[in-house]
Amino acid sequence: MTGPVRTLPATDGPLRDFAAEVGPSEPVVAVGGRTQWTVGGDPDASAREVWAPAGVVAHEPAEMIVRVRAGTRVAELDDALAEGGQMVALDPADPERATVGGLLAVGHSGPRRLGWGPVRDTVLEVRFVSAAGELIRAGGPVVKNVSGFDLCRLLVGSLGTLGLLAEVVLRVRPRPPVAVWLQGAIDDPDRVRRILLRPSSILWDGSSTWVLLEGHGGDVDAEVKALGPEFAPVGAPPALPDDDRWSVPPSAIHQFVAGLHPGTFVAEVGVGIVHTSAPAPAPVRAVDPATATLHRRIKANFDPSGRLNPGRMVA
Amino acid sequence: MNDALASELSAALGPDRVRSGPLELTLYRRDASLLEGQPGVVCFPCTTEEVQAAVTIARRHGRAVVPRGSGTGLAGGAVPVGADGAEPVVVVTTKMDAILGIDEGTRVAWVQPGVLNLDLTRDVAHLGLHFAPDPSSQQSCSVGGNVANNSGGPHCLAYGVTSAHVLAVEVVLPDGSLALLGGLDPEPPGYDLRGAFVGSEGTMGIAVRIAVRLSPDPPAVRTVLVDFASIETAAATVTGIIAAGLVPAALEMMDARITAAVEDYVHAGFPRDAAAVLLVEVDGLPAGVEAAAQVVADVAEANGARGVRVAADEAERALLWKGRKSAFGAIARIAPDYYLHDTVVPRTRLVEVLSQVYEIAERHQLLVVNVFHAGDGNLHPLLVFDRREHGVMDRVLAAGTEMITACVAVGGVLSGEHGIGLEKRDHMGLIFSDADLDAQRRLRLAFDPDQTCNPHKVLPSGSRCGDLQSVPAGAWI
Ligand SMILES: Cc1cc2nc3c(=O)[nH]c(=O)nc-3n(C[C@H](O)[C@H](O)[C@H](O)COP(=O)(O)OP(=O)(O)OC[C@H]3O[C@@H](n4cnc5c(N)ncnc54)[C@H](O)[C@@H]3O)c2cc1C
Ligand SMILES: Cc1cc2nc3c(=O)[nH]c(=O)nc-3n(C[C@H](O)[C@H](O)[C@H](O)COP(=O)(O)OP(=O)(O)OC[C@H]3O[C@@H](n4cnc5c(N)ncnc54)[C@H](O)[C@@H]3O)c2cc1C
Repeated sequence: MTGPVRTLPATDGPLRDFAAEVGPSEPVVAVGGRTQWTVGGDPDASAREVWAPAGVVAHEPAEMIVRVRAGTRVAELDDALAEGGQMVALDPADPERATVGGLLAVGHSGPRRLGWGPVRDTVLEVRFVSAAGELIRAGGPVVKNVSGFDLCRLLVGSLGTLGLLAEVVLRVRPRPPVAVWLQGAIDDPDRVRRILLRPSSILWDGSSTWVLLEGHGGDVDAEVKALGPEFAPVGAPPALPDDDRWSVPPSAIHQFVAGLHPGTFVAEVGVGIVHTSAPAPAPVRAVDPATATLHRRIKANFDPSGRLNPGRMVA
Repeated sequence: MNDALASELSAALGPDRVRSGPLELTLYRRDASLLEGQPGVVCFPCTTEEVQAAVTIARRHGRAVVPRGSGTGLAGGAVPVGADGAEPVVVVTTKMDAILGIDEGTRVAWVQPGVLNLDLTRDVAHLGLHFAPDPSSQQSCSVGGNVANNSGGPHCLAYGVTSAHVLAVEVVLPDGSLALLGGLDPEPPGYDLRGAFVGSEGTMGIAVRIAVRLSPDPPAVRTVLVDFASIETAAATVTGIIAAGLVPAALEMMDARITAAVEDYVHAGFPRDAAAVLLVEVDGLPAGVEAAAQVVADVAEANGARGVRVAADEAERALLWKGRKSAFGAIARIAPDYYLHDTVVPRTRLVEVLSQVYEIAERHQLLVVNVFHAGDGNLHPLLVFDRREHGVMDRVLAAGTEMITACVAVGGVLSGEHGIGLEKRDHMGLIFSDADLDAQRRLRLAFDPDQTCNPHKVLPSGSRCGDLQSVPAGAWI
């Protein structure tokens, strides 16, 4: 079984059109599904809006890769991959609206990061439009590559301030045969982590713990048993509070939520993302001066005139 | 000319950790590649402050700095080439070999860069943990070198290369300042500098402290050796295993010559008359592992495998892996020298590219053996030869370039794990346009505006943004 190969005309035409539309001057901002529009602040009103091209260009199941244009809805990509029994480790809240490019530009991994890894590890190749309006390629369409510097990772999470994503090659994975969410009234989620080999997600709201197990049916059954009778299958994980999203070292989660009421937060155990609906004390996030200088120099080297997504800040 | 530099470094680091005698400098002219350079002074700092001092002193003397770990790199990344013909200072991190802390709960270790890859895994074994990237050189290569090269290994098929296992890197930048890239929290503020630094091959600063992710040991493992009568059926099995929805922990291929050489060397019971063997490992929880091992056997048999041998116990498994990991050592039984390439091709093009590799070698009257990470499409054609033979080096280099070109022609890339270094920098134009290379240079210049850290590496001369000279003629072999 090699699965279907979905092929659109694999021409660069739409990418070149996008580059031409971006052009070499004047402020621009790329628009995706506007589901994360406020991350990093509002764009400067002067910025002209542009849209990356859309469409799944080629899915090659035997290579475990997919080439997809940045404006493609995540749901559309997921449907295309499902035909070959595969999936991609992008996990947005609103896949019908969120685009591949917007998701990568924001760079926030979803609640399955514990098992699936961060979104940046999914990206094998990017083609982006530079501040000079040129189409640039970095990385390559193979699962392992150290040919040159890693601009793919640099662009993930850069909010379109270093370049506008036009097309990417993503690593795909087999769909797990079995996936089950469990919930238990357990206030020590770390114990759960110690019992399981590679859970896909552990969420905790201060009084209850949710676990996503994915894999071979026999193994999932055994892990369910190992978790004990406190845990029972549930249809879905809890809704994630979406007023704030914090990043803390996984070991600091308990300390971070100490002042919060159970139910006003959901923490990604083993990862360190905490979603809150109530105001939380901001964690200490010092950037040393040398690192801040690097951020500034990178922005200046990639976008000397500051035309890419002006007004939005990554740090 | 080197004397003033050496005495200033001695004052900062202590005389026993600075070397400038001709004999000692000779030892640091090369890494495990065939390329050679010339160091001005070699120093061995033990602390972050000493690395900062070395970088600052070198800078004051107008010298470039070349970071070096264990020197096992195969792309000439640690070969010292200075700027403007001035011999560089080689900063060797092997004495910075402390494991600084292990957090068992969150499975993180902070290490100094000189810690050897296998020593880290040995040190955490009693906790049921290991460091997943496992280059074949893991007994001798350093974690700092792994980070700088974004190294791989057999088990990176399922678990990802070094980049996926590095959370934070503290770096002495080329101006001597100290920066923390990344962090223990999942989304540190700013651009992903940690991601940019991993794989930067010593051109963006010297890693002095690294936070790595430790992985839990899988409770079940099955290691399978499959014996084939042709390369084609072995490669078809690789594709079939992936297409069946499996991602084995490792999926390695060895051709006839290397299998026979390894068997003579290690006596692991490899079939000496096989045209190719696959070493397949599946791991995880028991039920999935049993099912996966069965799929491997089924796919292999469907493709006409001659035999499927499942390691009966840990001792047999270790022996099979010893065979695979000793492959480069076994080459010595064929000829005194080898030149190893490292390219990646789409997995489905393996057969086609391999047959071209054999054809190219034959046309240049050279012997080639293949032992590689088939699951990743990461080829390692090894040209074996005796460099005393007149004119052989020219043929080796010409054949190597043709092989790289053949891999690129089917959509492949220049390097899967060894890096670009000095060896392949002039091939970068095969896969990147000037504009692509210019973008990479802009990243490098953000870290190293004056290009004093490992100059002449990775990017070819003449990319638009900077104005590098070409590699001094003497640097080549
Ligand atoms: C409640 C909530 C929960 C979420 N949970 C998850 C989750 O669980 N997992 C997960 O992965 N994500 C999650 N997200 C993140 C979100 O789904 C993604 O960030 C989203 O996909 C952004 O895509 P978009 O197309 O809507 O981008 P937009 O909102 O349109 O744009 C976001 C930013 O990206 C820039 N941008 C857009 N397109 C490009 C481009 N082509 N090139 C460069 N820059 C571009 C924009 O300029 C803007 O700065 C969540 C978001 C919300 C609101
Ligand atoms: C027999 C053999 C088998 C091998 N097998 C594999 C394999 O399976 N997979 C694989 O990926 N590689 C393999 N290699 C290549 C090599 O071992 C790896 O690239 C390794 O990671 C290099 O580590 P090192 O400490 O020897 O680095 P070095 O060779 O000393 O340096 C390599 C590069 O890293 C830079 N560097 C070193 N330390 C630092 C630091 N602290 N900060 C910044 N930059 C630094 C150097 O400047 C240089 O560019 C093999 C090599 C040999 C000889």
